[in-house]
Amino acid sequence: MSDNGSVAAATWEQVELARHPDRPYALDYIHGIFSNFLELHGDRVFGDDHAIIGGPASFDSRTIMVIAQQKGRTTSERAMRNFGMANPEGYRKALRLVRQAERFKFPIVAFVDTSGAFPGAGAEERGIAWAIAENLVALSAARIPILTLVIGEGGSGGALGIGVGDRLLMMEHSIYSVAMPEACASILWRDIARKVEAAEALKLTAPDLKRLGLADEIIPEPPGGAQNDYGLAADAAGAALRRHLKSLDAIDTDRLVEERYQRYRRIGATS
Amino acid sequence: MLVEPGSFHEEDQGITATDVLGFTDSQPYAKRIEQSRAATGANEAVTWGEAMLAGHRLVLVVLDFAFMGGSMGAATGEKITNGIERATQSRLPLLIISASGGARMQEGMLSLMQLAKTSAALGRLGAAGVPYISLLTDPTMGGVTASFASLGDVLIAEPGAMIGFAGARVIQQATYETLPDGFQTAEFLLAHGMIDLVVPRPELPAVLRQLLDLYALNGAAPDLQFQRQAKKTAAPAPAVTR
Repeated sequence: MSDNGSVAAATWEQVELARHPDRPYALDYIHGIFSNFLELHGDRVFGDDHAIIGGPASFDSRTIMVIAQQKGRTTSERAMRNFGMANPEGYRKALRLVRQAERFKFPIVAFVDTSGAFPGAGAEERGIAWAIAENLVALSAARIPILTLVIGEGGSGGALGIGVGDRLLMMEHSIYSVAMPEACASILWRDIARKVEAAEALKLTAPDLKRLGLADEIIPEPPGGAQNDYGLAADAAGAALRRHLKSLDAIDTDRLVEERYQRYRRIGATS
Repeated sequence: MLVEPGSFHEEDQGITATDVLGFTDSQPYAKRIEQSRAATGANEAVTWGEAMLAGHRLVLVVLDFAFMGGSMGAATGEKITNGIERATQSRLPLLIISASGGARMQEGMLSLMQLAKTSAALGRLGAAGVPYISLLTDPTMGGVTASFASLGDVLIAEPGAMIGFAGARVIQQATYETLPDGFQTAEFLLAHGMIDLVVPRPELPAVLRQLLDLYALNGAAPDLQFQRQAKKTAAPAPAVTR
């Protein structure tokens, strides 16, 4: 195998680890890091989306607002969670929780784990793109600290729809990409079998995002991956969240919001 | 041409797409950029500047589908954001004309982050009370719809334009659903409450004139009045007599 081929194979291993069926999902982290999590339901418009969950929880004797993408473990739970692919209702529920977090001054902790927003007729009819865009505006201006942690797959606009914040943390074997490698291969190579090359070209691993200046910190996982020890993975994630939250707490709100604006403003800036 | 002849002053002409990731699919991205530059004569998939339309000065941002499918990379997002920020700072109405396949995959996450960048800038435009008209043309899809294109105060689409997030082919592959007639067309979106107006091209100038007349700031925006009042109050207070 050529050097390029072995690099691509190593990248593909990361993709498979990020999607490992035994990997801890959002609720595993939530229960491992916080206490008193109370899941709230519904977007008050159309329905309750089980692919995005959220609600208040206690973190070191303060209340934070959790917003998370949740995949299912069993066949029936996978179907119930729509394989972690949210409809507009999920994003609108998240928006409701962002507004509530602002009202009560709860910092937001968002867990990203989705291959993307749901590509379905109903999602389009109910404005999935509109729902995501509204969240980008709301999160970018929200007057509370926001931490984003990618725990598995960060897929495109569907991930970004709950993923705009002050810090981007990534679990060691998580990925975050403008498009999933299969979709990218099918569009650019017109051949889904080129997914391994696509994965390498997209620069989607945690170290890639760190190098590009997009991720702030890579959180180490237990040997072999987070699936081998949920407790250790949650402890490492919790310690990083605690540390970053403390540093954000020290920043005045006006400056926090301005720094968040500039954080995105300078990505791809020419001057 | 929508704007008054000779009134358009293009900005950021020199900003060019760059291949930061060293991306190669069936062709190197650098070569695709060269081909698009040769085909369109432009350095990027977006052109912006100030112009006069129906007697109103505004900021006009236009995407070009001929340049890599109007896809949004870092340079595209930068130019769009510069346009939005000009509108905010100069308090000029913003008109963005979209035509795009979505995010530019060849720029990976740098492309995806432009969704957040342009949307954050529009949040500030809205907070400043400056109106934004978004004109959606055929096609407007993916990350462009999921960011600046759907965030207009008024959304107008051209008849028959395809507008959405996921493409019909992707949806059918993922769900095996039978898609309704006219799925994702401008008319379909109007019926589902996702846009304000469907306007044929010959009628656009009149509709835009009406909108600009109604929403134009005329120096009387509540924000400006407030600022003037604030200045007055900040001036040395006259002696209070009781």
